Amino acid sequence: MEVFKGKAIFSGIAIGPVSFYAKDQMQVKRQRIEDADAEINRYEAAKATAMEQLGELYEKAVKEVGESGAQIFEVHQMMLEDDDYNESVYSIIKTQMVNAEYAVATTGDNFSEMFAAMEDEYFRARAADMKDISERILSVLTGGGQAKISDEPSIIVADDLAPSETVQFDKSKLLGFVTRHGSSNSHTAILARTMNIPALIQIDIQESWNGKMAIIDGFTGDFYIDPTDAVMEVYQAKKTEQEERRKLLATQKGKPTVTKSGKAVKLFANIGSVSDLASVLENDAGGIGLFRSEFLYLQSDTYPTEEEQFKAYKMVAETMAGKKVIIRTLDIGADKQVDYFNLDKEENPAMGLRALRICLTRPEIFKTQLRALLRASAYGNIAIMYPMVTSVEEVHRIKEIVAEVKAELDAASIKYADVEQGVMIETPAAVIISDLLAKEVDFFSIGTNDLTQYTLAIDRQNPNLDEFYNEKHEAVLRMIEMVVDNAHKEGIWAGICGELGANMSLTERFMAMGVDELSVSPTFILPIRQIIRDYDGPTK
Amino acid sequence: MKQFNYVITDEVGLHARPAGLLVKQAKGAGAKITLSCNGKSADATKLMAIMSMGVKKGMEVQVSVEGDNEDAVAAEMEEFFKANL
Repeated sequence: MEVFKGKAIFSGIAIGPVSFYAKDQMQVKRQRIEDADAEINRYEAAKATAMEQLGELYEKAVKEVGESGAQIFEVHQMMLEDDDYNESVYSIIKTQMVNAEYAVATTGDNFSEMFAAMEDEYFRARAADMKDISERILSVLTGGGQAKISDEPSIIVADDLAPSETVQFDKSKLLGFVTRHGSSNSHTAILARTMNIPALIQIDIQESWNGKMAIIDGFTGDFYIDPTDAVMEVYQAKKTEQEERRKLLATQKGKPTVTKSGKAVKLFANIGSVSDLASVLENDAGGIGLFRSEFLYLQSDTYPTEEEQFKAYKMVAETMAGKKVIIRTLDIGADKQVDYFNLDKEENPAMGLRALRICLTRPEIFKTQLRALLRASAYGNIAIMYPMVTSVEEVHRIKEIVAEVKAELDAASIKYADVEQGVMIETPAAVIISDLLAKEVDFFSIGTNDLTQYTLAIDRQNPNLDEFYNEKHEAVLRMIEMVVDNAHKEGIWAGICGELGANMSLTERFMAMGVDELSVSPTFILPIRQIIRDYDGPTK
Repeated sequence: MKQFNYVITDEVGLHARPAGLLVKQAKGAGAKITLSCNGKSADATKLMAIMSMGVKKGMEVQVSVEGDNEDAVAAEMEEFFKANL
């Protein structure tokens, strides 16, 4: 047995024989030609076929991996239409009087080298696109077919894979793939993730592996060749477990989240950035219950502009296509520090100037975010949620500021929707006065992480306190029930967006308490949906 | 000639897809559009040239438009940058 270490780009287990994938090494010969125009016509005809193929690949990819994964083929079409690329091909044919194959190969190499020499990783990765489009035309010109892979389901091992190759493989025969090159930023890596294919990159592959048994561990990045029986057994078990889970969960996709007794529950996803959206859609979330807007602030060296924020919110709202998107206003401070906010160093930051408290003391920052949120609300179903509320007065102050922002937008004739506004319940104070808060807002979302630490007086960053920490402490559970009851009395809904909401040993208890919404990490959506759909106890 | 500056806010910078859309629009604009950034410049109808400028998030791009309809084209271009980049 041999073990190699690579970089995992999709977590999953694949077991099967290696199929070594070598591209038809298209030997491009330089040949003298007599008629340059005829050669250019050959090139144009090949390009037209290539454009058509890309169109078909685009259609196939849209069906299999969705619009965003398919865009690469549209981009390849744009690249093939580039003036510089085409002029380079014409010019090589005309000035050197050589065949189209040679002109395309040379042009492809030149452009590929140009990108490979660039500093930025994203642009460097485009060198592979240049090769891919050039090889596509070459294979049309030479009448070459697709490289063959084994007819049996296998793990594809290759030097590198182009996005078009990744999509073209028959998915039922593709167990996983391992490549020498590629980056986790490449389109191929993105496609592998969207197609749920275990994949490793940056492994020093050998042709002698062809036909040998292998295992991909997409969690650790290990690649086993000729695994021992013991290793094989361990991985067979892991794989079976993984497959069963996937099968079970697939049955939950597209199903409504309703208990047996008929209560419909909002089962939403928590996200921390725009890039989590793919996972939200894949796991069939009913909406977004917590969009942490901090990422806009954390990844920037200065305050994000209204325009930057607007774009991010609009994109999420549009992608969710009418499903609810609850965006939490900035929650900076405590464990999330940002230099440019110039906050004083605090002895006790968890109880310091954070979240809403910053917003109310620096209304200009708050207003920029509110303007962006309200503008984006015209493009989808956005709701706004305020963190760290402790009093009714704070809610009144929020409302005044929101009213000012709305008046400004009205004056500028900028459209916005009538957004729902809610508060996070994450302080004991908010729990105790939840009856009063319920009269002021449209919904509650319970932030159990902070609520637990404030209630139990246990710092969640301190590992020495683990023995005293009980995430299922009865005090917190009773508080949740109290908040739900108070919400229902005023006819509003209450949900949980903290980590406790994803604790599956509590899902049934939450249903019994009458919790209306659970917002959890995308991967928890389907298993929790299953518990809710099987639940036949009482609800409130 | 009409000019404006725009700071790229897109995470990946002036990457392939918006660059491709930009080229499409520039080809139909009926005016000469030039992008400059970082001491390099490129004709807005040329995808590879634009991408080889390597424009990242936070960089400022200068866009100049020359032609009979330059006012209208510059306004369209500014809209395009705001919406896509």
